[in-house]
Amino acid sequence: MSERQSAVPEIDVGYVAGLARLDLTEEETAQFQKQLGDILAFVDTLSSLEVEGVEPTAHPAPILDCFREDETDKSLTREQFLRNAPDTAMDQVRVPKVVDS
Amino acid sequence: MNLASTSIATLRRMLLAGETTPREIVESVGTAISAQNETIGGYLSSDFERALVDAEAADIARPLGGIPIALKDNINVEDHPCSCASRFLEGGYLSPYDATVSARLKEAGAVLYGRTNLDEFAMGSSTENSALQQTRNPHDHDRIPGGSSGGSAAVVASDMAVAALGSDTGGSIRQPASHCGVVGLKPSYGRVSRYGLVAFASSLDQIGPLTKTVEDSALLLQAIAGGDKRDSTCLDVEVPDYTAGLQQGVSGMKLGVPREYFADEGLDPAVRVRIQEALGKLEAEGAELIEISLPSTSFAVATYYILAPAEASSNLSRYDGVRYGNRVDNGEGVIAMYRGSRARGFGPEVKRRIILGTYVLSSGYSGKYYLRAQKARTLIQQEYQQAFQRVDALVGPVSPTPARRIGEFADTPLQDYLADIYTISANLAGICGLSVPCGTVEREGRELPVGLQILGPHLAEGVILRVGRAWEMIRDAE
Repeated sequence: MSERQSAVPEIDVGYVAGLARLDLTEEETAQFQKQLGDILAFVDTLSSLEVEGVEPTAHPAPILDCFREDETDKSLTREQFLRNAPDTAMDQVRVPKVVDS
Repeated sequence: MNLASTSIATLRRMLLAGETTPREIVESVGTAISAQNETIGGYLSSDFERALVDAEAADIARPLGGIPIALKDNINVEDHPCSCASRFLEGGYLSPYDATVSARLKEAGAVLYGRTNLDEFAMGSSTENSALQQTRNPHDHDRIPGGSSGGSAAVVASDMAVAALGSDTGGSIRQPASHCGVVGLKPSYGRVSRYGLVAFASSLDQIGPLTKTVEDSALLLQAIAGGDKRDSTCLDVEVPDYTAGLQQGVSGMKLGVPREYFADEGLDPAVRVRIQEALGKLEAEGAELIEISLPSTSFAVATYYILAPAEASSNLSRYDGVRYGNRVDNGEGVIAMYRGSRARGFGPEVKRRIILGTYVLSSGYSGKYYLRAQKARTLIQQEYQQAFQRVDALVGPVSPTPARRIGEFADTPLQDYLADIYTISANLAGICGLSVPCGTVEREGRELPVGLQILGPHLAEGVILRVGRAWEMIRDAE
């Protein structure tokens, strides 16, 4: 058994949640730490699969590049776009402060 | 007469013969919803008045003229809600545009009536992950309907809908169809446009029908299939006539039986018996059964639970509380707003998958997990290609067990993931799959449906529909 197979995968749930812009409660962090540890130990079974020389598949359609004429087409009106926005001002989406003053 | 218990094909004959009207059909569906939805919980919302207006305007000369179709609440219809069963989009979000499938159904004359429940953002196989509502299996209300298209399966099974659309990323049409006793089709990757389907895992997602009969499945696929300039992965190739060869039977067909599916110790013995009986009857009708080996089957679930969360973590980054959805702003700036909105908006399963996906894509781990899984995916795809050089289709179970009890795996999500073993590789390989009802098994005094799965090569929907129809004819003749 290789070293990789025997090692239990480590995940720091709090850190990764931060990367994903997700606040977790302490209870969630503890619960996910256990559940995701189990899931990672399971998906680690892939370590034993021989994939030397195999090309990766990104998606299964026999299609690579798609081109179209560079022409404008119908799109949403400003009203349609803004209708679902949580906060708007002057026909634009408004967000909280982005840069510290 | 509850017209909602009738097939599309029969209703179309009745409409054209003047025996019913689009209005009567919608009224029948509405009555069934009023009587049953409180118990079954298959619909998140349904607008009877709007459906009546659309029914009055329906052109019955069109292929689906006057037929009400329910849509999973992750498929956009202009001015209809689209919650994805998530707190993030609950209460107020109205779609600004039609998904391509919605536009095509409207063009075919269908009335889009009712939004069905799902696992939040289609992540799950029980519909328990809906943040908004529990859907119950019509055959036993203490059991799950399956998922993630559990609402669509339950409303068709309980005759609250004539037919519905769902989406299938790892079995989310076929498995609930199996658990509820209806027909569910996952078309091949590239057969149906996903434009306007809320993205979960873009290299795996497909939209497909949940119906009462195989013929209805063919009729709905006919209406939604075909190239779309708004989805570059949707193939611009000819769409065959899916009803033309439906009645040809299985005589002379070669049907592969994957050895690994039956060697799996998780396969419930009573389910195994039902499937083997069905295979025996297909053989008696003249099909040749050929044992096939798919050695990578045991790696499929692990491969999927790397690739699907990775894609989901990317796709769901759009839910930031800026352009749509529910915002939580504590006054501490935009980053805190993102974090707070996502913390409140997403349920536990969605959070788990975002964290898992972020982790397997993160620096230092993407080679170990993501790239390796993409290579495993190639092997799985190649095994199917080799199998389909020898056989026309593969046959086996949809799910290792009948519907489990609600709440059974509440704290052990991995247990639920493992139950996806027979459905998941079709999504990884991009091939098509059909679930057709195949008898029942008894659990605690209740008869629970079992589904027979038929898998076909890429774009061979006509083949699996033909096998499915052949099975229906055998079953109905008994």
